[in-house]
Amino acid sequence: MAQHSLRDRVAIISMGCTRFAEHFDRSADELAIEAVTEALDGAGLTCDDIDAFWLGTYVSGISGMALARPLRLVGKPVTRVENMCATGSEALRAAVYAVACGAVDVAMAVGAEKLKDSGYAGLISPRTQDDGTRVNTSAPANFSLLAPAYQTRYGVTRDVFRAAMTHVAWKNHANGALNPRAQFRREVSKESIERSPAVAGELGVLDCSGVADGAAAAIVTRAEDAHKYPGTPLYIKALSLVTGDGSGAADPRYDYTSFPEVVECAREAYAQAGITDPRRELALAEVHDCFTPTEIVLMEDLGFARRGNAWRDVLDGVYDRDGELPVNPDGGLKSFGHPVGASGLRMIYECWLQLRGQAGARQVATAHRGLALTQNLGGAPGDCVCFISVVGSKPG
Amino acid sequence: MQPSTTQAGRRPVAGIVAYNAYLPAYRLQRGEIAAAVGSSARGARCVSGYDEDSTTLGVAAALPVVRGREPTVGGVWLATTDPVYADKTNATTVHAALDLQPGMIAADLGATLRSGIVALLVAARDGGLAVLADRRGGPAGGVDERAGADAAAAFLFGDRDPLAYVTGTASVTAEFIDRWRTPGAPDGAAWEERFGEQRYAELAGQLLARLSEAGVELGGVGRFAVTGINARAVRSVASAVRKATGAELEGDDLPDIIGNAGAAQAGLALASLLDTARAGETLLLISLADGADALVLRAADAIADRRGEPLRAQADRGVAIGYPQYLLWRERITAERPRRPDPDRPSAPFAWRNRRYKLSLAGGRCRKCGAIQFPLPRICYQCHAADEFESVSASGQAARIVTFTVDRLAFSLSPPLVSAIVAFEQGGRLQCELTDVRQPLHVGDVVVPTFRRGATVGGIRNYLWKARPVYPTTSAAPGPPGAERES
Repeated sequence: MAQHSLRDRVAIISMGCTRFAEHFDRSADELAIEAVTEALDGAGLTCDDIDAFWLGTYVSGISGMALARPLRLVGKPVTRVENMCATGSEALRAAVYAVACGAVDVAMAVGAEKLKDSGYAGLISPRTQDDGTRVNTSAPANFSLLAPAYQTRYGVTRDVFRAAMTHVAWKNHANGALNPRAQFRREVSKESIERSPAVAGELGVLDCSGVADGAAAAIVTRAEDAHKYPGTPLYIKALSLVTGDGSGAADPRYDYTSFPEVVECAREAYAQAGITDPRRELALAEVHDCFTPTEIVLMEDLGFARRGNAWRDVLDGVYDRDGELPVNPDGGLKSFGHPVGASGLRMIYECWLQLRGQAGARQVATAHRGLALTQNLGGAPGDCVCFISVVGSKPG
Repeated sequence: MQPSTTQAGRRPVAGIVAYNAYLPAYRLQRGEIAAAVGSSARGARCVSGYDEDSTTLGVAAALPVVRGREPTVGGVWLATTDPVYADKTNATTVHAALDLQPGMIAADLGATLRSGIVALLVAARDGGLAVLADRRGGPAGGVDERAGADAAAAFLFGDRDPLAYVTGTASVTAEFIDRWRTPGAPDGAAWEERFGEQRYAELAGQLLARLSEAGVELGGVGRFAVTGINARAVRSVASAVRKATGAELEGDDLPDIIGNAGAAQAGLALASLLDTARAGETLLLISLADGADALVLRAADAIADRRGEPLRAQADRGVAIGYPQYLLWRERITAERPRRPDPDRPSAPFAWRNRRYKLSLAGGRCRKCGAIQFPLPRICYQCHAADEFESVSASGQAARIVTFTVDRLAFSLSPPLVSAIVAFEQGGRLQCELTDVRQPLHVGDVVVPTFRRGATVGGIRNYLWKARPVYPTTSAAPGPPGAERES
């Protein structure tokens, strides 16, 4: 038994993405309709032309009816999927598999999330009924566990690690400032980042991704049918998902300086895509910068940096927009915002723009590198799901 | 004098096998309380943390007492004036947290001040564990709030090699109004103290007569202690008993340095007597509450090597908290709510299924590969063997911090919520809340598990195990700021 690569069998022929923002004036339904309409218009299609739909939403709807109802889809198979912060990517994965196996000709993946109706600070995750023994930590607290562990293991001082965290936030805000669809469209000084109010551990408010509303959508077909639609398609090179067994807290071998799920997921994705040196083969990477230490650790888990060296690469500007491997050129979760169910497809949307030369002021060099990576992480260190895709502008 | 024997059908109880007093970590200057109402006062009172209640205080006192003796414990008798639940028994929570065998009784003794000595007398007669735990307060700024204390003590009675023999008991009962409180009300009330003082003086005389009739040689008493909520009565009776017996009074300073812990005060006084007892010495404990009760003990040779941490050593350390902090912790004033959802009510069936972990901190060790996991799982994360676990407990083990965080966003009864991944010395790790954190944390710091309360939702109190850092307790360490200082 093995996983098999779908490399170049499925193409993305159109995409849509709303601005991510505090859309107090718009519902999840309206955001989904906007993203779906943009994607349909780009391909010259209507809902009738789509054979099957997958909706990814974390907390903003239950069942496929959450999409069928607003779009008034009649007689269509519509399914809601959920896999924490990989929810939007899970919708894409289902749509790609449906096309690849021949069950349908054209499928749509939609991610939509409405987080700003709750009135609470931060992300509110649904909890199953339990006995009250689970520690009620917030997401920033969970990810802040990385910082002291990393510093201790690699002998990095708190100040130096702080500088690397600050650089991640500064870079992603600088990138987002150039992105008309980002939640936060302004640069933020390093001084402001380091002075921001404490949230958890060593994390301040400006080490955390934006809680936002938004939606994104993608239409996929078999690769050989992509020419029937206007514009240049993107080809799926790899789709990889690893769901952790939640043993991190229990397992003494786990030291909170890495995401083993990401390492395993990347290994599979690179094998599917035929990538051996991601730092030099990828034009860009959209990674799950939910909190600044996460992005630092991901650089190592994704093979962009040697173990214990990501903080140095970050400070050297390796992952800046004009660096050796631009990471989160659209601003990332940090600045583009993080409407959970939409984020995975938003990452693909940036690859869609960048690899097709449509990223405007934040366009990165893609002439000699035609591959881009997206990565989602849901859960917490030691207990997470990881999704990775590789997409390319050319088949083969 | 022969060790007393109990009613027919019960095994004879020789005496106290083990004991321990527990003072929570916090101290509040009485002057700060009094200043709020334009008054002044001296000394400090003992205050429990925001996540402690009468049940958790009792568990903290009893854990060292029962450790290693779990199979010999014959019953749990819980005394408090501040029960967490009515209708539902609180002693069962203590029983579960101590991981005792199911084949025994665990019972509350009613939310009265007399219940403390009653727990001792019942356990002295029937065997078992007397747990005296209380939190005392009163109207803001007032005498009860200043004079009260939060504390617990636990005494295991049995017939095997006791550290003190029970040599006599006596009780007298009288109905009069001295102290009273409406069930469920936070604050009690008192009649003029002099009225109760007279009644208790009469009762103490009757009590001593009954002890003499029962064969207790009053002149042979070495040291004695008197406890009660009526301070005038306690002083009066102590003076009379000293005259009648010639014995030395012990623990009359406890209300000053700790406060009066209500139903637990008799336990503190007894612990104080035992802490300094010499083998062969006769000890007399008298409690004044709606009558008078006496417990007479004779210290055995085992007393020398079976003492817990002395009460006075615990009293000498503590962390000063301010009066506003106390009022917030006691929910006398309402704190700002975090902009986060309130916690859910714990599920009764879920909690029952998971009781071995939730209440006893038990997990499992894989018989195939040795990996330790909490709670006991069906499938091992390491070797994937199914249903191959033997039960292990982390209670009583030390652990080290693997990594930690201070969470200013999460809901907590007293923000911020501090949590850590901790690794136990005998293997196994878990994520838990930390409590009683007084200094900056570091990876590698030593912590120990402690049974605490979480939020109360829908009247259901969520109990869980946390961990608290272990701080040096050597006398060379500087004294706690503010504690025991006169204001």
